[in-house]
Amino acid sequence: MRKFLRDTWLVFTRQLQLQVRQPVWVVVGLLQPLFFLLLFAPLLEGMMKQAGGTRAEAYQWFIPGLLVQMAMFGTLFAGFGIIAELRAGVIERMRVTPVSRVALLFGRTGRDIVTLFVQCLLLVVLAIPFGLEVSGGPLLLMFGMIALIGVLCASVSYGLGLLTRSEDALAPIMNTFSFPLLLTAGILLPLSNAPGWLQAIGDVNPFTWAADASRELFQGHWDATVVWQALAILGGLAVLGVVWGAREFSRSVR
Amino acid sequence: MMIETRGLRKSFRGRGKTGTVDAVRGVDLSVGEGEIFGFLGPNGAGKTTTLRMLATLLQPDGGEAMVAGADLRTQPGEVRKRIGYVSQGGGVWDDSTAREELELQARLYGMTKAEARSRAEAVIRAFQLESFADRRARTYSGGQRRRVDIALGCVHRPRLVFLDEPTTGLDPQSRAHMWDEVRRLREMGMTVFITTHYLDEADALCDRLAIMDHGRIVAEGTPAQLKREIAGDVVTLGLNGAGTTARKLLEGEPYVRGIESVENTLRLYVEVGAAAIPQILRRLDDQGIALHSVELHRPSLDDVFLAKTGRSLRDEPAATKGGNR
Repeated sequence: MRKFLRDTWLVFTRQLQLQVRQPVWVVVGLLQPLFFLLLFAPLLEGMMKQAGGTRAEAYQWFIPGLLVQMAMFGTLFAGFGIIAELRAGVIERMRVTPVSRVALLFGRTGRDIVTLFVQCLLLVVLAIPFGLEVSGGPLLLMFGMIALIGVLCASVSYGLGLLTRSEDALAPIMNTFSFPLLLTAGILLPLSNAPGWLQAIGDVNPFTWAADASRELFQGHWDATVVWQALAILGGLAVLGVVWGAREFSRSVR
Repeated sequence: MMIETRGLRKSFRGRGKTGTVDAVRGVDLSVGEGEIFGFLGPNGAGKTTTLRMLATLLQPDGGEAMVAGADLRTQPGEVRKRIGYVSQGGGVWDDSTAREELELQARLYGMTKAEARSRAEAVIRAFQLESFADRRARTYSGGQRRRVDIALGCVHRPRLVFLDEPTTGLDPQSRAHMWDEVRRLREMGMTVFITTHYLDEADALCDRLAIMDHGRIVAEGTPAQLKREIAGDVVTLGLNGAGTTARKLLEGEPYVRGIESVENTLRLYVEVGAAAIPQILRRLDDQGIALHSVELHRPSLDDVFLAKTGRSLRDEPAATKGGNR
């Protein structure tokens, strides 16, 4: 166990060091939510005002969902990184050492989560001038949930990356599944006005629960039922994702 | 013995309906301590697959192997500690520097931070990487990159190091440097197991070698032994298209011990070349077959390869890499 933690830390620090050296990826990951914040939120603002709401209310509704979206999209494409590393021979070079195989995966996932935290924190800070309000305790829980989503999506992405070993195959898979997941989670527009069948799909989408819980947290309702339900659902899925990703990893990376 | 294998086997599932591909079909090898052992064969012969099995990167389907004194099947962790492995493509990340990679690799082998730092420094000096060790790898030349790859494989002072085609893609000068490097590894006390498809390389560098073809070892010995197996001389005839007729004509001659056609040339294995040439010329002349060149030489490793496999290694297109994983 000590060796595993040490190896994970070694891989984690290396990956983080390389990430810092290529800040372009952090920026690219930030750009998308930033676009949503600057180009989509005003649209929502207008709708909200027609319905008699305020600008602050619009952001209070939209930003929590956007954080869930960022947690998904920031990590779903992690698999591309592992394909590049496989191609460069880096993974193989590390595999010939006695390093723990799973540490090679966990160190990378850890890096993804830290990057994600930086992006999400920036988004929250940037949204405050627009009227977003949040308090410390719920925000901490929010970041716990973001970590669970990140671990889940990164593990699935790594698993698929190792299975396909090709960017050309991974990209369409990711695009096919990520957008329906996003749309049916009620992140961009509320599902309350959706037809019944669409709401039914939303109900089985774990990210719907995440988005709902996230909104409750930003209302300061950290003890809302949906918060604990979402944490339980995402926690369970994250464990499954990690187990699958790790198995895929040790299978192809003996 | 540094490596001892018996009946090592590996097959891969083919894509679609092609069934399975037997990449390695029962390899018996023994490599002594301190040897530079060459593993020679055309692309797709199973060299890399064998190497990857010995380096614990692939699980064999069958057979046994002791590598650096540990059992490959039951103690892969021990094997990993004792060997170094340098893959064909290397494994330096473009945004890292050689020093960072070396320190990390040393730490992955279990060294403390301080140990790793001093080991990296020692290796940088030993492989003369000082001038670029702190630059990012994307700025390295092909030869520099290769030296870093090898340094990475040796950072933990392994007793045995595997080099998979270390000179492929290098210019002649870098190749010569690499040969010196390999010899130095042995001077440092390592056993070197090297694959190559260059015959001159195997001849110049290796103490002993094995020739692999279609997943099997077809010959094993010192370069001199192997060449001696093909006794006599080799006469190479350059023909303009009449290869088949000439071959039929000469096949029956008493002084011809073997015959192989390679594209527009015919290679004859004869006991005494000087005596055979006039007879060959007379025979061909009688039938009106025109020659444009005659060459007489001592057998080379290429002749050994040709005799063992029926193909010439030189004619292998170097670009076709098999589906080795």
